[in-house]
Amino acid sequence: MTTVPTSLGARLEVCGIGAEVGGQRLIDQVSFSVPAGAVTALVGPNGAGKSTLLRALSGAGPRSSGVVLLDGEDLYALGRRDRARRLALVEQEVRSEFALTVRQTVELGRTPHQSLWSLGSADDETIVAQALERADAAGFAHRQLGTLSGGEQQRVQLARALAQQPSLLLLDEPTNHLDVRAQLHTLRLLGSLAGEGMTVLAALHDLNLAAAFCDHVVVLADGQVRAVGPVAEVLTPELIGDVYGVRADVLSHPRTGRPLIAFS
Amino acid sequence: MSAPSLERPVEQRGARPAILRDRPGAAAALTLPLLLLALVASVLVAVTIGAADLSVREVWWSIGDHLNLIDADLSVLRDGIVWEMRLPRVLTAAAVGAGLAVSGAVMQALTRNPLADPYLLGLSAGASLGAVLVLLTGLAVSLTVAAFSGAMIALLGTLMLARSLGVITPSRTVLAGLAVSSFAGAITSLVIFWNTQGDSYRQILNWLLGSLAGADWGTTKVAWATLLLVGIPVIVYGRVLDAFAFGDTAAAALGINVSRTRWLLLGGTALLTGAMVSVSGSIGFVGLVLPNAVRLVVGSRHRLLLPLSALVGAIFMIWVDTGARTLFEPRELPVGIITVLVGAPIFVLILLRNRERA
Repeated sequence: MTTVPTSLGARLEVCGIGAEVGGQRLIDQVSFSVPAGAVTALVGPNGAGKSTLLRALSGAGPRSSGVVLLDGEDLYALGRRDRARRLALVEQEVRSEFALTVRQTVELGRTPHQSLWSLGSADDETIVAQALERADAAGFAHRQLGTLSGGEQQRVQLARALAQQPSLLLLDEPTNHLDVRAQLHTLRLLGSLAGEGMTVLAALHDLNLAAAFCDHVVVLADGQVRAVGPVAEVLTPELIGDVYGVRADVLSHPRTGRPLIAFS
Repeated sequence: MSAPSLERPVEQRGARPAILRDRPGAAAALTLPLLLLALVASVLVAVTIGAADLSVREVWWSIGDHLNLIDADLSVLRDGIVWEMRLPRVLTAAAVGAGLAVSGAVMQALTRNPLADPYLLGLSAGASLGAVLVLLTGLAVSLTVAAFSGAMIALLGTLMLARSLGVITPSRTVLAGLAVSSFAGAITSLVIFWNTQGDSYRQILNWLLGSLAGADWGTTKVAWATLLLVGIPVIVYGRVLDAFAFGDTAAAALGINVSRTRWLLLGGTALLTGAMVSVSGSIGFVGLVLPNAVRLVVGSRHRLLLPLSALVGAIFMIWVDTGARTLFEPRELPVGIITVLVGAPIFVLILLRNRERA
């Protein structure tokens, strides 16, 4: 069994993150912490600021205030490359105008580990091969990105992130546009990555997916944190009604006992 | 930690050929020295071709004599044709082709737009305006400095306009470039209209269409110095452009300093374009077509794409310019007309091929 070696899981502490774009405050004073080696869902209505928050956390997007600690280490105090070795971001629906193969895309994940002069080592090749396999993308490694389905592209981006060997993995709607089977596959994979010690924070739209596969949940609304905690404690009918403005009943899954949300 | 080396054997070895197959790198790296040879050969053969009835041997005598390799007995006139006219022109053509091709490849990556090139973003129009101002109004600035300043101002104008439209996107950048390009072009026309009579009009037109007819050792020095001092660092540093394949945020998340990279490389392309335009005028489609053609063959990885584009651009320019000065003897065609005649259909082919792929 091949595994992508990672640094051991890291606890993520987010303290007072704010971000403005074009003078508009999109997220404000966002603070929460996420345990190491667990999958945490980031949920909230459209426009709540989930993507903005993930980008700000990664250091790649705008951010006007706040500190992020990964295992006690100040992420923004690190150099860009050091940060990119500790965390990886999988964005929503990324496309390239240029022809790249799947393997070349995944090799980009090695960027923060390489110098300007290096040509890529045998280690890099091994890590890329493992990441491809792990994300179930090894079967089409030679294909052009443009010829893949949405689900396959998503796996490639995930493999690219794994090739970065992060201890924190940030994902923006990783199950968007995937069929049910691919959704479950992706979330199970995130679960097993967390089981190996990676800390995973994924923005999700589907509350039932979050309830079924995530350990913790962070609820974001209007750019602010509404609730944080274990899934069963946070996802209550009151909170869902309050945040989304819909009527929901929270049942217990007949087989797993986890929360099952029914809307009416 | 030890897992990879211990568990690797069976599967990894089986996968090896596949790695080579989707990694054109190894094979394509061989094309680098081959193209370098082709470039040297192109220079040497192109100088033997021309209107004056010189034998290949005479051409070689002249060059050998000037390089102090041999002691040849050649008339001053015949020697001058080779040494003062053909050789600097061929060398200038090579540098211009390489510079424009590299500029195009870099801009395409930075704007994530396969259709971007120095012309599209207004750099060439800005450089032309700067150069025309110097040529016609007698400003006491060197042509190269004026062209570079024009290119840089146009670039800044394009990017500021694109930014004021909101987040910088490829399409906004291109639209802004179109506006800046048209505006600079109109001012250039205005300057020409006010200042030109008779003969100089034809000269300016020649230059605006893109021509290497004015090439001498001075232009050779400008073009090659810029290529070596700016072009080579851009080619080396341009490797980081791979990380821009999925956009600025993705590049930043991979640990790239996006704004520094963007300004360094855009500044470099402005310098390259400015210098080349000051030497040859606006030669279109080279920066657009050649990087796309090279990309079709070797893929989108810049460690190969940039040096190969430079070499292919140099070779392409040498032969197109040789055609420009010999095809319709005794009339000489501005080379810019030929690059567009050759480039536009190739460009359409690239568009059609990309459509099939997508």
